[in-house]
Amino acid sequence: MTPRLDWRVSKVVDVRDETPRARTLVLEVPEWPGHRAGQHVDIRLVAEDGYQAQRSYSIASAPENPSVELTIERLAEGEVSPYLSDVLRPGDGLEVRGPIGGYFVWSTAQAGPLLLVAGGSGIVPLMAMLRHRTRADETRRAETPTRLLYSARTWDDVIYKEELKQLGADAEVHLTLTRDAPADWNGFRRRVDRAMLQEVGWPASELPNVYVCGPTPFTESVATLLVELGHAPAMVRTERFGPTG
Amino acid sequence: MRLDGNAAGGMLRDLFTLDATTADATCAGCGGVRPIGALPAYASDMGIILRCPSCDVAILRVARTPGRLRVDFSGVSFLTIPE
Repeated sequence: MTPRLDWRVSKVVDVRDETPRARTLVLEVPEWPGHRAGQHVDIRLVAEDGYQAQRSYSIASAPENPSVELTIERLAEGEVSPYLSDVLRPGDGLEVRGPIGGYFVWSTAQAGPLLLVAGGSGIVPLMAMLRHRTRADETRRAETPTRLLYSARTWDDVIYKEELKQLGADAEVHLTLTRDAPADWNGFRRRVDRAMLQEVGWPASELPNVYVCGPTPFTESVATLLVELGHAPAMVRTERFGPTG
Repeated sequence: MRLDGNAAGGMLRDLFTLDATTADATCAGCGGVRPIGALPAYASDMGIILRCPSCDVAILRVARTPGRLRVDFSGVSFLTIPE
């Protein structure tokens, strides 16, 4: 049983710039019941005239972390994201409810290889999974060998760069830059395709748990390719997001 | 905007005490069984429509109007929700 989902006023305790367009909000949510890696929260903004705007944002922090971290990518035309990414400051309040969702979640209790495929800010819920795994003991980590394939437009758009670099010791991290890459870039330079998934992913015969998150067209194309490569549709969990701003 | 059933999680928690995104929904149109979280969804500010990816039936429609939550479940013939 899960308790009724009420709106709570969280407090912004810190903000961190991740990229020129993405910022992490660290929230303290009163009576936060804890979350699972991959879950999201709803955010509600209410204007003085009563007009409300509501959005969903994935949780980036590990379940082991008592605060709730959201990484917001600013969409220029957006109604909510510019407020969250430019205006909110430590000490401000923000209405949230959650955690929400149980389909797109992973825990180290799910033994077996793990493949994470991110498009753009689709990295956020997958980062919660990676952070969760990092905090597990050595046995659990050995039971869940992990590979991440992360597609971003440019090097500047890559979120959590430093942390991903450190993860490299314990999980395989592969980046692909689709629009523009630094001159000395030795990663992939194209959209995720069948050959890339074959090269980077686990063979379907190893029955990996697969999580794909990104914009709808990205997520659907990757999921289709994975099923063509022999992965059971039920093993390929997807979360699509759109530019709600 | 096209998303998936995960995006309906918050609204569905207004209806169910359990998390419905993990629930298996049987499509009233074709009998296909899929988790709510995996269904294609069309979302707007007002609400969300979940569709069957096989036969395109509207499995579930939820809309919020002032003071009312409106729900059409006619596209679901059976729902199994894990406790």
